[in-house]
Amino acid sequence: MKYRLHGLYLLFMSGSLFIGTLPSSVGAAETATASMLSNTCAGCHGTNGSSVGPASPSIAGISNDYFIETMQAYKKGERPATIMTRIAKGYSDEEIKLMAGFFSKQKFVRYEQKFDSKQAKVGKKLHKKYCNKCHEDSGRSAEDDAGILAGQWAPYLHYTMDDFNNGSREMEKKMKKKLKQLRKAEGDKGIDALIHFYASQK
Amino acid sequence: MSHLDRRTFLTLASSGLLGTALGFPMVSFGAAKRVVIVGGGISGATAAKYIRMADPNIDVTIVEPKKTYHACFLSNEILGGSRDISTIQFGYDGLKKRGIKVIHDFAIDIDPTAKKVSLKGGKKLGYDACIVAPGISFKFGAIEGYDAKVSQTLPHAWQAGPQTVLLRDQIRAMPDGGNVVIVAPPNPFRCPPGPYERASQIAWYLKNNKPKSKIFILDNKKKFSKQKLFTAGWQRHYGYNTDNSMIEWISGDAGGKVTRVDAKAMIAEAGVDFKGDVINVIPPQQAGKIAFTSDLVNKKGWCPVKQNTFESTRHSDIYVVGDASVAAPLPKSGYAANSEAKVCAAAVVAKLNGQSMPVPSYVNTCYSIIAPGDGMSVAMVYKFDKKKGKVIKIKGSGGLTPDKASAEMREREVAYAHSWFMNITRDTFY
Repeated sequence: MKYRLHGLYLLFMSGSLFIGTLPSSVGAAETATASMLSNTCAGCHGTNGSSVGPASPSIAGISNDYFIETMQAYKKGERPATIMTRIAKGYSDEEIKLMAGFFSKQKFVRYEQKFDSKQAKVGKKLHKKYCNKCHEDSGRSAEDDAGILAGQWAPYLHYTMDDFNNGSREMEKKMKKKLKQLRKAEGDKGIDALIHFYASQK
Repeated sequence: MSHLDRRTFLTLASSGLLGTALGFPMVSFGAAKRVVIVGGGISGATAAKYIRMADPNIDVTIVEPKKTYHACFLSNEILGGSRDISTIQFGYDGLKKRGIKVIHDFAIDIDPTAKKVSLKGGKKLGYDACIVAPGISFKFGAIEGYDAKVSQTLPHAWQAGPQTVLLRDQIRAMPDGGNVVIVAPPNPFRCPPGPYERASQIAWYLKNNKPKSKIFILDNKKKFSKQKLFTAGWQRHYGYNTDNSMIEWISGDAGGKVTRVDAKAMIAEAGVDFKGDVINVIPPQQAGKIAFTSDLVNKKGWCPVKQNTFESTRHSDIYVVGDASVAAPLPKSGYAANSEAKVCAAAVVAKLNGQSMPVPSYVNTCYSIIAPGDGMSVAMVYKFDKKKGKVIKIKGSGGLTPDKASAEMREREVAYAHSWFMNITRDTFY
């Protein structure tokens, strides 16, 4: 809940800006600092967090809390990564909050990627059955701190699912249960189909 | 102006609505501020883009002789055979679409008093802020027998493009059983892990095409970037430390200091003579030429700057970013150049608009690919230490790929390297 208060505070500040204070107010300075911090991520995650490289995830439009949770998990080494565990340690809790604010406000840009339309069709059904309750709106929504899946890069999603499956990354209870059901019914093919579905969305 | 963006603000302002709506008198905005950027490589292009992103009313002009930029990073893959030259080529149409002017000409002088950049073609460009991003030049003559002309037969391939293709073609034409000699430069130089990634990529090609061949790295130094990870990778792929090693690294202490090359006899002279079928001389380096003609360099040939803004310590309103600047502990890498340029862009925008500069933040990430599917990285987050007046590493952050990283993780590093390449070049040129 903390971040929502923070968001209100920002809104209040920019509101006061509109009334007539100069851009050197606290709100503007905070925005400038948030941009400064977030721009350091663009080399790997793309300008404003929309990646054009298929292994690096887009982080634009990510939920505020999910961003913070992810960075903290990297910082503590609780989520596996090649490089993010090393990079996250360079940012303070306050800086992570500022970056979360920045990226959650960016628009997620969906770039075209290859997919198999037959598999995507299967994936669509599987998504409805197993995933849509949390990853709402066909995986397009970031509400309730769900990761955006629709249009996310397939190679990245494969890495993520591998990490979940081999236990190196922890899952929420609900997801664990649903994924178990999915794997039992459909096997690895089911997961591939889901990823084709997410890759198919524009 | 987070919610009321600048464009809207200005539209309102010019229509007079804003003043009425907000109840304060109109302010005159005056003529657009002008920024001239000398050099359209990674740091110059990034600075241009990020200035325009922050304030589209600033007039930005890039002066760059070449119409096509060749990215140096990952260009070693061209030698290994897994990358085509076309993939490292970038033009300026993306930046032009952002309203950035691009003049293909040479800057020959910067007058810090009149605030003008003179071009070879005769034009003079006035500026409010000038960003100099000339990259590196070579200390020709530091190695006897090596100059610009000789580099046409003994390529440096340290500015990517035709030189990269020349080196690749020489290696392809070499007989099986031939020797490739790489002369590695002294510190500081562009891309510290580059010579060793290059040896790895050439070894990959030779292993698959000319397996009796050998690579000698003649190094000025006692140690090198990512050394442990490189040598471990060479052991995995190229028989390093065995009698049959494809790569030999000879340190400065062990007779690797090259003092002379003979392009006719194809010899690199260190403690003893090394005969090469291909000799790749990566010469000692310094800032690009314009930094010298414009009095921006120190005795060592690099440009000292205030590291929180990248403004030159020698002339005000002139900024130097990228490889030419003295930015250590930031390395002379593509990622660092891109990161420095964003800090500089924020500083320039703040200064031109009479605002205060946000707290700077910097990152470096650098990938090296030992063989297809086997990569590694080094990363670091930096901040500006006000007391020390310089950039420092943030304690506990960054570092290398762990020694014990699994094959699966090293494979991911390659995928991330390739994605990084796509993102950083897009972040720079589009």
